[in-house]
Amino acid sequence: MIVEVGHFALVLALLVAILQMVVPAWGAYTRDPRLMGVAEPAALCQFGLLLVSFLALMNAYVTSDFSVANVVANSHSTKPLLYRISGVWGNHEGSMVLWVLILALFGAAVAAFGRNLPATLKANVLSVQASIAVAFCLFILLTSNPFLRIDPAPADGNGLNPILQDPALAFHPPLLYTGYVGFSIAFSFAVAALIEGRVDAAWARWVRPWTLLAWMCLTIGIAMGSWWAYYELGWGGWWFWDPVENASFMPWLAGTALLHSALVMEKRDALKVWTILLAILTFSLSLMGTFLVRSGVLTSVHAFAVDPQRGVFILGIMALFTGGGLAMFAMRAGSLRQGGLFAPISREGSLVLNNILLTVSCGAVLFGTLYPLLLESLTGDKISVGPPYFNLVFGILMLPLLIALPFGPLLAWKRGDLLGAAQRLTFAVMLAIVALALAYAAFYRGPVMAPFGLALGVYVMAGAISELADRARVGRVPLADAWRRFKGLPRAAFGTALAHFGVGLLVVGVVATSAYRQEHILVMKPGDETKIAGYTLDFKGVAPGSGPNYREVIGIFDISRGGQPFVRLEPAKRIYDAPPMPTTEAGIHAAWRGDLYVVLGDEQTGGGYAVRIYFNPLVRFIWIGALIMFFAGGVSLSDRRLRVGAPRRTRRMPAAAAPAE
Amino acid sequence: MTRKQRRGVLIGVSVAVLMVAVGLVLFALRDSIVFFHTPSEITELKIPAGQRFRLGGLVADGSVKRGQGATVDFVVTDTLKTVPVTYTGVLPDLFREGQGVVAEGKLTPEGVFIADTVLAKHDETYMPPEVAKALEAKGVKLGKGATHPEGVTQ
Repeated sequence: MIVEVGHFALVLALLVAILQMVVPAWGAYTRDPRLMGVAEPAALCQFGLLLVSFLALMNAYVTSDFSVANVVANSHSTKPLLYRISGVWGNHEGSMVLWVLILALFGAAVAAFGRNLPATLKANVLSVQASIAVAFCLFILLTSNPFLRIDPAPADGNGLNPILQDPALAFHPPLLYTGYVGFSIAFSFAVAALIEGRVDAAWARWVRPWTLLAWMCLTIGIAMGSWWAYYELGWGGWWFWDPVENASFMPWLAGTALLHSALVMEKRDALKVWTILLAILTFSLSLMGTFLVRSGVLTSVHAFAVDPQRGVFILGIMALFTGGGLAMFAMRAGSLRQGGLFAPISREGSLVLNNILLTVSCGAVLFGTLYPLLLESLTGDKISVGPPYFNLVFGILMLPLLIALPFGPLLAWKRGDLLGAAQRLTFAVMLAIVALALAYAAFYRGPVMAPFGLALGVYVMAGAISELADRARVGRVPLADAWRRFKGLPRAAFGTALAHFGVGLLVVGVVATSAYRQEHILVMKPGDETKIAGYTLDFKGVAPGSGPNYREVIGIFDISRGGQPFVRLEPAKRIYDAPPMPTTEAGIHAAWRGDLYVVLGDEQTGGGYAVRIYFNPLVRFIWIGALIMFFAGGVSLSDRRLRVGAPRRTRRMPAAAAPAE
Repeated sequence: MTRKQRRGVLIGVSVAVLMVAVGLVLFALRDSIVFFHTPSEITELKIPAGQRFRLGGLVADGSVKRGQGATVDFVVTDTLKTVPVTYTGVLPDLFREGQGVVAEGKLTPEGVFIADTVLAKHDETYMPPEVAKALEAKGVKLGKGATHPEGVTQ
């Protein structure tokens, strides 16, 4: 019964979304406030219905209702509760319900918190937002309905893919989707602005908090996915330039560019046309991400079995919104008023450079991801584009961006002083040179370029600190004065510096792990010893073990360092009961200097086990960097100046942590 | 600076970055494109030894042999032709006889494929699209989840 309620709520949500799409837009066109007023309750109602629908599905999973085909295919009664819940979005149908639920949540948030938006803009935004919901509700109901019953109901389900039964992956999809779908708000605002033919700095102030929120969630979502792949898949790597990974990375690159260009628009009323275009493109890339993951057109290590018919439907949705958005842009962009002037060397100029480099690198990733498809349709040749392509192209394009990054915040708006900014970065450059020298001294036999990469990361981190120090006038005014100034800095300044610091940390982690990683693949018999990166591993043998829904073989490795035993690693090979599938559990010892990573392989003829051992130096910096970027976004969001409608002069009032009002 | 000049600078910088990017892309593509072939295409196209490519097909039944150390030998088939493969390392969890597989590496002059990577997958029912398409093109019927076709053994 509850399942039918959920199904019915989904159909109702579709109808409400159609109403919300048509009526407010007509109202905005005819300037009828009563018709425009429909948008707000409709958005809230649509969210409520989708929530009922989602909870109904979740209830079916939690209570293991095996009369529902979707639950049978993806759940099992012995699964722990957390994974019965996360199983809802661990499959295609359920994840699409989550997708529209988040879409509706954003729509409802605009309806609830956007009270001071101009009435027509609000009506148009909610109408565009509803049109996306209509498309995806139709998609769910027509091709991937999770509420279909099965008769007769089997006694138990097939279970969730064991590698998805993991805490990080329980939260990875909701965060990633919040990121993807969050950019729909930027898209809706962009299309609404084009409909009205009017866009100004206030528009950017309304859009930026939503973009920032989406960007934060996408950042942490991608980082979590990477972390999961690192420890769960047992390959020792954290990023593979796989199409599915790229699919989430491209909206991130475009979204990062959007975040920065919206800043120019908000502060200086410039780059309007570009920002609108970027908002459309970012959401299009999010849709494409959904398409690439769900259609299975590309070979991916992260791909799951797929139904090609669904791919065509999503391709249609993508073509409709991307094509529609761009057509609208082509028609109306000319009517947007030009904004303020600025010199090439200025804060605006540096943000433009940021945008050029980010979009071009996003384009290069897009090209590398889609090139196999392109070539196959043209010549029939089947190829794959490997990590060397991405490492080379993306790496080189990031170089100028990272070098220029600390300059940006030090340049003044409108017309900046490059020499002055360079002087203020002396400290950062000196620190980078010290790091370079230390890296060469420590790894003189390693890759030649790697120390430069490490130095670049240090430079970016130090640059971020210098910016704060400069704004507080450290060294130019008495220390107590500087501290007072430091405390008085707007939170957005802390957000910027923190995020840039996170980027630097991430760069250090990426370079160190890529360049100085050590790997041993060998066969070990009980009693064998091996050494890696100063650790001695003593293989004691294997022992059987079991968990709630799996059995395992555990390899026991006693690790010692300098003759002192200090930790025991227990990598395992698990066989899950439902579905019967083997997985590898890596044994990881995490430390600041790097991770010791041990994987137990197959048993060999003659009694030994294949063992793979990695030492990944500074690999934690990658995720810590991403985490810092996430928190930096939060700090920036809590800045009172970002809150729409907050009067400028009331800065002395305590800042509230609301995303936007 | 006038609007026109500013636009000129912007366009200049954008074009320069784009040119560098296009150059990089073309340069990088030369070395990092890897073609995909099935065992019978290797003889049809006379792939030279030493050229890097991806080999796709099914792991032939009864062909997986563990050798010295962490080396594993197996045979990849598209039901028409077979290629022996040698791989040193730990095989992915879902590597199984009778299932689809994609391996990356080079052929020796003797016709043995030395793989340095065996692509893993997350899902037992997932079949790499190239393998599925290539096998269908060869007239091999694949059931749901691409289980082993009848009567294909080494």
